[in-house]
Amino acid sequence: MWKTVLRRVLIMIPEVIILSLLVFLLAKAMPGDPFTGSINPKADPAQLHHLMEMNGLYDPWYQQYWNWVVHLFQGNLGNSYQYQEPVTRLIGSRAINTVWLALLTTFLTYCFALPMGMFAAKHEGKLPDTIIRFYTYITYSIPFFVVLVIGIWIFGYVLGWFPTTGSVSATAASGLPTYGSHLYHIILPSVLGALFGTVNVVQYLRSEVIDAKRSDYVRTARSKGVPEKEIYKHHIFRNSLLPIAAFAGYSITGLLNGSIFTETVFSYPGMGLLFINSINYRDYTVITALVLIYGILNLLGTLLSDIILSIVDPRIRIE
Amino acid sequence: MEENFNKHSNISAADLDRLNKEANEEATPSSAKIIWNEFRADKPALIALIIVVGFIAFVMIASLFIDTPKMMQTNLMNYNISPGTNGYILGADAAGRSIAQQIIVGSRNSIGIAIGLTIISSTFGICWGLISGYYSGYIDWGMQRVYDFMMMLPMTMMIIVLVTIIKNYNAISLTLIFSIFYWEGTSRLIRSRTLSESEKDYVAASKTSGTSSLKIIFKEIMPNISSLIIVDTTLSFAENIGVETGLSYLGFGLPIQTPSLGTLIANANDPNNITEYWWTWLPAAALIITLCLSISYIGQVLRRSADATQRQGAAD
Repeated sequence: MWKTVLRRVLIMIPEVIILSLLVFLLAKAMPGDPFTGSINPKADPAQLHHLMEMNGLYDPWYQQYWNWVVHLFQGNLGNSYQYQEPVTRLIGSRAINTVWLALLTTFLTYCFALPMGMFAAKHEGKLPDTIIRFYTYITYSIPFFVVLVIGIWIFGYVLGWFPTTGSVSATAASGLPTYGSHLYHIILPSVLGALFGTVNVVQYLRSEVIDAKRSDYVRTARSKGVPEKEIYKHHIFRNSLLPIAAFAGYSITGLLNGSIFTETVFSYPGMGLLFINSINYRDYTVITALVLIYGILNLLGTLLSDIILSIVDPRIRIE
Repeated sequence: MEENFNKHSNISAADLDRLNKEANEEATPSSAKIIWNEFRADKPALIALIIVVGFIAFVMIASLFIDTPKMMQTNLMNYNISPGTNGYILGADAAGRSIAQQIIVGSRNSIGIAIGLTIISSTFGICWGLISGYYSGYIDWGMQRVYDFMMMLPMTMMIIVLVTIIKNYNAISLTLIFSIFYWEGTSRLIRSRTLSESEKDYVAASKTSGTSSLKIIFKEIMPNISSLIIVDTTLSFAENIGVETGLSYLGFGLPIQTPSLGTLIANANDPNNITEYWWTWLPAAALIITLCLSISYIGQVLRRSADATQRQGAAD
């Protein structure tokens, strides 16, 4: 068990190093510089030159990379050129928004998907199963950003039930009303994300439960006279649930990728929107930090899933 | 051969004919026939097929008659005119450009990129999966590490960064950039099937008789998993339409002067457009939904016909 985890972690190290190098070089290769647009157009070119030199932008790339890595380990990701504040603080304030959105989406996804998967498996081959299969087919096929646009149009603009921009209302009083306003802003995006993100969990749970239904221990329980409801609750559901828990890790990748679209459509100030803004302003320090963070989060998500799976399924452990 | 057979058998010609006919009736139908039966048994699938093929043919031909630079010219006289006025079937956007024409050219661009992306990424993914699954050991281990690394990369972000780096990118370079990141799903699926296929007797028999590995992989294993390949390619085609339009929607897909279904939907980013001038974006959104639903429905039918236990079409 620990051997599996240790080996996974060791493999992660070169991956992170290559990622950091790749990210850094790509950001350097981006055209333009962070100053030309942000300072007075009449400014002296010499002053610009001085700014570039001050920030070490004329150093050879390996020197810059080394400085960046050293600062990284000191917890210093540099300053954002656009927002004029430390990147760590900037990303920290945005990350909270993204995390709340992701947590609520994941929670709702499981709330929708677990009953659906169970229900479909219980009535395998019958009408409810067909309906749920049809539902997963529709939600899986439509590109998510189209769902978001149509969702914000219907529920945000036409019906006016939900706010269409921002993460918190400017007029909300501090304390409890702020949290309420915050929640109000993330309900629509996370409900849409959950409704259209159930397909993996539903299909996996359905096939797990169908397998379990035919297994020997269920037949034994049934022949002992355990009521059908108890069989599902105590025998089948318990056994099918753990592999499903492993999906939580993998779903991080999908959520992070989706956050760029969700936050753009809803003008929600999280990391995804910050990334799009930084790209437009060539804010290298923020771009590199964000890509690195997303990459590492992806890695940790997969690691988490693999650990859960190796606990659940002894066959994939390394002895 | 037949003469020889007739000489040594006492079956009459009429009987032989009848036996042949019976054998033909009982034989497993060809895969093309199975797929056709499946489509005939499932009317919505037939409709989906007609929609997709008809629409693709329509936009490919119709876009030949549209002068794109002229279409993209600003015409303030037609600022946001509603559908049906001045001969604009679907109205015009804020720059007075015909939405109907933009949809036709945009669909051609989006579908073209999706087809190119599907061909490149599926070919690469299939080869990768086959090779990685067939050679276990160090080759597989190394290829798996590359796969893991690619899976770790935040795809959308990397594509956006690459698109900003490349100056004057066009449809072809865009397709290539997307292809770097969209082969993993296919390769993983093909690898796991190849792994189980490689353990079968026919592969072992072929190996012992000295067939070269490349021949075993591409001439023996690949035909045996061809149904999986067809299904996966169809489903990734539907997905790839979403990839390009999504990136174009964010503003990092096709350049502004080249319409795409995604850039049309991006009109909805303007609060005025999304509520008052719905025709600037809603038709494109509806079109994407219809296309993606139809294509993945076709994929579902293909998957069913590949799996004998799920077929609905009668085997007549």
